[in-house]
Amino acid sequence: MFYREAGDFSKTYREDSQTFPIRFDRYRYYAVLLIAFAIIPFFLNDYWVNAIFLPFLIYSIAAIGLNILTGYCGQVSLGTGGFMAVGAYATYKLMTSFPEVSMVVHILLAGGITAFVGVLFGLPSLRIKGFYLAVATLAAQFFLVWLFNRVPWFYNNSASGQINSPERTLLGVPITGANTEPWAVYLFCLVFVALSAVIARNLTRGAMGRKWMAIRDMDIAAEIIGVNPLTAKLSAFAISSFFVGVSGALFFSVYLGAVEVGEVFGINKSFLVLFMIIIGGLGSIFGSFAGAAFLVLLPVLLKNVLVTGLGWPTDIAAHLEFMIVGGLIIVFLIMEPHGIAQLWRIAKEKLRLWPFPH
Amino acid sequence: MPDQLVYAMEVFLNGLMAGVLYALVALGFVLIYKASGIFNYAQGVMALFAAMTLVGVMEGQVPFSHLINALLGTKVHHFGWHLPAFIGIVSTVIVMVLLAWLVQRIIFKHLVGQEPIILFMATIGLAYFMEGFGDMMWGSEIKKLDVGLPQGINLWIDETTYNIFDYGFFIDNLDIFATIIAAILVGGLVIFSQYTKEGRAMRAVADDHQAALSVGVSLNFIWIMVWSVAGFVALVAGIMWGTKSGVQFSLSLIALKALPVLMLGGFTSIPGAIVGGLIIGVGEKLFEFTVGPLIGGATENWFAYVLALLVLVFRPQGLFGEKIIERV
Repeated sequence: MFYREAGDFSKTYREDSQTFPIRFDRYRYYAVLLIAFAIIPFFLNDYWVNAIFLPFLIYSIAAIGLNILTGYCGQVSLGTGGFMAVGAYATYKLMTSFPEVSMVVHILLAGGITAFVGVLFGLPSLRIKGFYLAVATLAAQFFLVWLFNRVPWFYNNSASGQINSPERTLLGVPITGANTEPWAVYLFCLVFVALSAVIARNLTRGAMGRKWMAIRDMDIAAEIIGVNPLTAKLSAFAISSFFVGVSGALFFSVYLGAVEVGEVFGINKSFLVLFMIIIGGLGSIFGSFAGAAFLVLLPVLLKNVLVTGLGWPTDIAAHLEFMIVGGLIIVFLIMEPHGIAQLWRIAKEKLRLWPFPH
Repeated sequence: MPDQLVYAMEVFLNGLMAGVLYALVALGFVLIYKASGIFNYAQGVMALFAAMTLVGVMEGQVPFSHLINALLGTKVHHFGWHLPAFIGIVSTVIVMVLLAWLVQRIIFKHLVGQEPIILFMATIGLAYFMEGFGDMMWGSEIKKLDVGLPQGINLWIDETTYNIFDYGFFIDNLDIFATIIAAILVGGLVIFSQYTKEGRAMRAVADDHQAALSVGVSLNFIWIMVWSVAGFVALVAGIMWGTKSGVQFSLSLIALKALPVLMLGGFTSIPGAIVGGLIIGVGEKLFEFTVGPLIGGATENWFAYVLALLVLVFRPQGLFGEKIIERV
């Protein structure tokens, strides 16, 4: 009825190969952008930004990054928390060393540094694969967290061992530090998210994404048809780590403001992001958003319903959250290995024919 | 003899003992992996859950008491009995067998034939679920576990070494005991898998599912059995670690300690798990002793992983694992 491609003709190759070839999809995409950029900022307050929007946006970038590596290239990584920590500490060092340089540059540079570290820890992927690799990436997780905990240079010898983000402005508006406005930090993160999504989507649609998927589906066969596993795997590690690093940088500088590495970027963070892409959908950019939204909203919802609504103790709500998340992972792996993104695809197929199914 | 060397020897012995405990956890992984190709990340949480159940049964805790109290507004905590360790262990074994049956029935029956990495992620989900479930059932506070194992410094070793080196070694009785238990357990498992009908069926399933199925081995039964045995191993590991440092969340992190052990020794080899455990136990203690003070200490968290990573780069199947052959 309202979701169909009838009468939607592409007259040029360009039109045919655009990201959203169906007109309805395209308009919906513009509408989402319009709402996100022009309407939501007017209705924000501190609670909404800090409890929902900022974590959602920042985790989306991390999930997109991990999805490139795991969902598209098939290399499972449990080191996401460690790589986010690299992004965070790189921004911190850059912010304190070069206070006059713009935050945008710092965050992009932090992403670049993380990409370099990611390639370094991605090197073993050329020899080992599957869960051997997954376990090997744990080495990155533990080593990096230890490094940032123990080497005082990384936290500028501060007595508490924490890093705190100093106040920085962009175009005269404070975006880090204590005096930020909700709409400013929201828009700042949103720009990064939108750009990440566009870049990731186009990378995965192009030659590079196809190489990654060939490696994922069968690496030996991919090698035989001419995909170079060295460049394909390492580029996946580099680009994935870049996004993860950017998200870590935003997580520290804009969202939290103060970070103790073992608590914030521990192994649970790695699992959280992995769960996001499993529930959202492996190998789907939309799935990264859906998974991030789901796992950010779930604890907020449980807290509001159980603790505020029914008056349960918080520890029971926390235990229940563990059970629900764990149970959902299993349910999704059994029933729908492609996650929420696949449910969405099925719904679209149904909508195309609705209400006349024949 | 120089002091440093004597200290290093003590560290070496302690590392050996710690290594045995790592090997004990790693054994549980190897068993399940060999028989079903599932890499069970939840092994550590199973150990935690087993230890919690043991404490709960022995102390007579009411299961789900927090939840019941929150829902009904009652104040139940304990049944008011204290059971001997033996009954506690037997009932915990029953619980673990039941758990094995449920896990097989509800989860892995539906995932037969999936890629190993999917199964691995499913066990991560299982680990999360059981972590929440265990806390919900028995409460998340730190519990003391005492099943009557000997604890404290071994005086005989202390005196003997004092007479020889003028410096008494500190070796915990519990560690010695754990070593003996681990040795018995490994011996038992080897005998079980080599000389009994079920053990032979288990090895057949590990070799080739379909061939085993065609000669009349019940896959379902074997898998439940293997998960039960792994649950039992988890219980033993849980008792050892629980007695050592209390039953608490960090107990489940021993799974993370066992992973590099497995990578080093190879996922498919029981001797590999033992040798890998010993190498990592000794290696990380000696590394911490020699290099640790120079670079800030607390290297034990990552040393094992980095060591395993280096080994894997040169020997992707681990030290004792079967060679990985791939066909297109």
